[in-house]
Amino acid sequence: MSAATIDEICLVALAEAFRGDGELLCHPMGPFPVAAGRLARASFEPDLMLTDTIAYAVTGTVPLGTIVGDPAEDEGIVVEGYLPFRTVFDQIWAGRRHVVMGASQIDRHGNQNFAAIGDYRRPKAQLLGLRGAPGNVINHTTSYWIPNQARTFVESVDMVSGPGYDRVAALGESGGRFHEIRRIVTELAAYDFETPDRTMRLRSVHPGVAIDDVLAATPFELAVPDEVPSSRLPTDEELRLIREVIDPTGIRQAEFRS
Amino acid sequence: MTEDEVVAELGDGMTIGIGGWGSRRKPMSLVRAILRSGLSDLHVVSYGGPDVGLLCAEGRVRKLTYGFVSLDSIPLEPHFRIARQTGSVEAREYDEGAFYLGLLAATHRVPFYPTRAGLGSDMLTYNPDLKTVTSPYADRTELVAVPAFDIDVSLVHMNRADAAGNGQFLGPDLYFDDLFAMAAERTFMSCERLVATEDLLSEGSVHTLRIPRLHTDGVVEAPGGAHFTECPPDYGRDEAFQREYAATARDPEAWARFRADWLDLPSHEDYRARLAERTEPGERR
Repeated sequence: MSAATIDEICLVALAEAFRGDGELLCHPMGPFPVAAGRLARASFEPDLMLTDTIAYAVTGTVPLGTIVGDPAEDEGIVVEGYLPFRTVFDQIWAGRRHVVMGASQIDRHGNQNFAAIGDYRRPKAQLLGLRGAPGNVINHTTSYWIPNQARTFVESVDMVSGPGYDRVAALGESGGRFHEIRRIVTELAAYDFETPDRTMRLRSVHPGVAIDDVLAATPFELAVPDEVPSSRLPTDEELRLIREVIDPTGIRQAEFRS
Repeated sequence: MTEDEVVAELGDGMTIGIGGWGSRRKPMSLVRAILRSGLSDLHVVSYGGPDVGLLCAEGRVRKLTYGFVSLDSIPLEPHFRIARQTGSVEAREYDEGAFYLGLLAATHRVPFYPTRAGLGSDMLTYNPDLKTVTSPYADRTELVAVPAFDIDVSLVHMNRADAAGNGQFLGPDLYFDDLFAMAAERTFMSCERLVATEDLLSEGSVHTLRIPRLHTDGVVEAPGGAHFTECPPDYGRDEAFQREYAATARDPEAWARFRADWLDLPSHEDYRARLAERTEPGERR
């Protein structure tokens, strides 16, 4: 097995966000997070429930791009549940879910924006909108996949779609009791909020990345521990799963070509 | 009924709910009938896709209540983006799940449903239709009070229906079409195929009969009525057509051409006939 490349290291770092989740609906948005969810289940978190991103919960480890119900492609897919959007919202509010979303902007408190750039009332750029971010983030565990840190980490976001720790603290104990931003993974490093004031902390640096590179791509004050571990390398079995089973055509690499 | 007979029941300034989800099972033949009518000043309530984009592009929308607007395979709806960036519509954006509660509140005839969705986010900052409510119980939690969406008329597209207005979906997800039907004063349903009541169970289980005639005021048989959005299992999305539609937002001439080719047609039958003349997907311009 040839050495792990940066996309594979990021994939494992994102999969690690699901460690310990047990029997939970893992709901990643976009091909890269989907690959991470499938890797986590195939490698070390076997009880995760995963969706096909349409309306079914599926078992088995299938390649990215597989469409359930297409007889040409559905070998190995076993449907174990039905999750139409209405049920997904019920699941969100019941809290048995861990979502991975993207961000156009994110600040040191974890306030995320992918709704619009500029003044929301007449934005310079209308982006995705709020989508499900407000309800996701306030109701259950959230992680973020951010493939371009320097462009996304900001001093302050133009508007908040997914609230961070400062916003949630202002709600009082009851309003924010189910809020948890577990992990942020970028192309440079992994981050969490395990600090006394719940601001962003450098958790691990990907192999080959210097802490100075991380700081150069971070426009805000970042908590940096005295000893910063290196993000772990994929195991041989994980590399096999990524390259031969989950993503044989290299869809995951698209976000690293910029 | 015909599409034009449905639209004759609508009026300027009305609140119109549109079923489906993004670029999925949208009542597009009814939307096109609105476009060829003079209707304007509408308040559109939708999990939006090209229905919203087209109505915005033609300047028919005064106010938009939405959970999102997307073309799915093209994440950003380009005509909706223009409407937002030029400030041409009053935007009332809801978290996707909160939007469901607005439909549910209207269906249940209560003024609001409470939820955590939106707490701490700027949904509350920028949506003047939204207020919060404090739990009357010991917890005293402050929650978002999603107001009932008072809809005059809803438009939905089903795979099958009978003449009495019992609607059937055969795809993977009903979305929220039953709630659109129940939340509205009146609902008009288009369908891929009108079938006899006794044939409703020949293609799907009883679980697919999700809109009872109690909530339907008229049915239009519109084969291909969701085109270019998807309508499985009858057909998938016409991605080539959708790309062509999306590209019209960058070029006023392309929009004028698209409008002449696909919107300025007297009926859904004419639209279908023109579609049949199109070359095979690989050869499309």
